[in-house]
Amino acid sequence: MSRDHAVNDWYPVADTVRPGARATRLLDTDLQVAWDGAAAAVTDAAGTAHPVQIRYGHVWTCLGAAPRALFEISEAEEPGRRLVPCGRVRVRCSPLRAVENFLDIAHFPFVHKGILGAEPQTEVFPYAVKIREEVDEVWATQVRFHQPQAAKSAGGATEIRYEYRVPHPMAAVLYKTCPPRPEAWDVIAIFVQPVSETECIAWPWMALYDDESSHAEMVQFQQEIFVQDRSILENQLPVRLPLDPRMEIPTRADLTSIAYRRWLKRRGATYGAMTEAQ
Amino acid sequence: MTFTLYNDVLDAECYKVRLLAALLGLSPRIAAVEAHPGAGHRAADFLALNPAGTLPVAAAGDLVLSGAPAILVWMAAAHDVTDRWYPRDPGPMAQVQAWLETASALAATAGALRREALLEHPAPSGAAQSAEALLRRMELHLLLQGMGGRGWLVGTHPTVADIACFADVALAPDAGIALDPYPALHAWTLRLRALPDFLEMPGIAPLHALVDPLTGHR
Repeated sequence: MSRDHAVNDWYPVADTVRPGARATRLLDTDLQVAWDGAAAAVTDAAGTAHPVQIRYGHVWTCLGAAPRALFEISEAEEPGRRLVPCGRVRVRCSPLRAVENFLDIAHFPFVHKGILGAEPQTEVFPYAVKIREEVDEVWATQVRFHQPQAAKSAGGATEIRYEYRVPHPMAAVLYKTCPPRPEAWDVIAIFVQPVSETECIAWPWMALYDDESSHAEMVQFQQEIFVQDRSILENQLPVRLPLDPRMEIPTRADLTSIAYRRWLKRRGATYGAMTEAQ
Repeated sequence: MTFTLYNDVLDAECYKVRLLAALLGLSPRIAAVEAHPGAGHRAADFLALNPAGTLPVAAAGDLVLSGAPAILVWMAAAHDVTDRWYPRDPGPMAQVQAWLETASALAATAGALRREALLEHPAPSGAAQSAEALLRRMELHLLLQGMGGRGWLVGTHPTVADIACFADVALAPDAGIALDPYPALHAWTLRLRALPDFLEMPGIAPLHALVDPLTGHR
C-alpha cells in the first residue's frame, strides 16, 4: 500500500511561531500536536506518542517504525539569514500536486502576473534536470526567468536564476537569485503535510537575506503567491497525481515535473498518486 | 489626502478597501500586518491603534477608522467627487446601508467558511446554509435589477455596497461554494471584474478573456 511507504517520512504538523495545541490529521491519522515554545509532543487518538523534531521553524513527526532521515537545508544555519515561516494554507488537492505546482515555472506569468512573471515574456528557457543518484534527489538547474518583482527585496524587474531541489516526496526547496546579494541564493521551501491522498496543508518557509523588508511584509509576499495557486490546485483533475506517462502529455517546460513523477514512481512514493491509467 | 491601510493580503475585508481605493485611483500606503501565523493584529502596537484587534484599519492623520464598511464609506464620501459610489439621495443612501449589512452577514458566513477552508479557523455552525440563503437573496435581487436595466445592487452605477458584497461572493469558491446556481450573481461579479482599474486578489483571478485584442482594453 502507498501509505506503508509514506509513513516512514517526516512531515510538518505545526509551526513554532507561537506556542499552542492543534488537532490535525496526517496520512489519514488524527493527531494532537502541542508546542510550548521549547518542546513539542505529537500523540494519536490511541494515546501513542510519535517522535518529534524541531527543524526549519516547524514541528516534524513520523508515524512509521523506520524513519528515513529528514533532509538537510544547510542555509538554515547560515548567520545573517532571516528565517521566515509563512503559516499554513489548507488545499483540497493531492500533496504531490502541491509540490509539483511549486516546481512549475510556466504558470508564473499567468497565475502570479506582475510578481513572478508577466505576459508576453512567458517563455521557459531550456534548463537541466536530473536525479542526483548519490543523494537520491531531483534537481533542476540553470533555470532562468524574467520576473517583474522576484522578491520583496527586488527593486524592479530582473532576470532571475533558479535551482529546484526535491529531497522528499512532499517537500521542495527553491534556490533563487538573491536581489540584494548576487553571490548568495535565497531559499524558499514548501513543506507539505499530507492530510489524506486528496487533501494537504502547505507550510511555506524561507531563509532570506533582506535588510529592508519587515517580517510581516516578507510573510505576506509569500502568502499572496501561495494562495494565488490554491484555487488552481483545487481544480486540477484527476485529483491524485497521475504517474503513468500515458495519462498526460508533457511539454519541454515540464521537465522537472516529468523527473519528479518518475522519481516518485521509482521510489514507490505513491501516496496521493495514480499509478495506472484508469 | 492619502492614508495608511493596515492590511493582510489574505483577508477579504482588507481587500474591499484595496479594491475601492484602486477603482477611485487612490494609492494608500500599505502597512503589512502578519495576522497569520504571527497574530500581528493582537500585538500591542496594533491594539493601540485598534483595541478590537481587527483588520482593516485606515489612518489618515488623526482620523483612525476600523472595519471595511466605515472605511469604504469614508473613502467614497471623501474622494469621489461624482457622489456615485456613495449616493447622497436619501432612498439610495439607505439602500446602500442595507446592503452593507448584508455584506457583514456574508463576511460572517461565507467569509468564515473561507477562513476555515484556508486557515482552519472554525466557522460557526449553520454558516453554509446561511451563506446560501444570502446568495439566493442577492441572486433574486440582481435578477430583478437586471430586468429593470440596473446592473448593480443599488441603481445604475456601482456603489460601496457592490464592493462590500463582492469580495465574499467572488471568494466563495475558496470555501467550496460554487457560484454556478447563481447566474445573475455570477454575471454581476464579471461586470465588477471588468471595471477599469479593477484590482484582483489571491483567489480572484484577472479576466484574461475579456481583454479586447485590438485595443488592449477590457
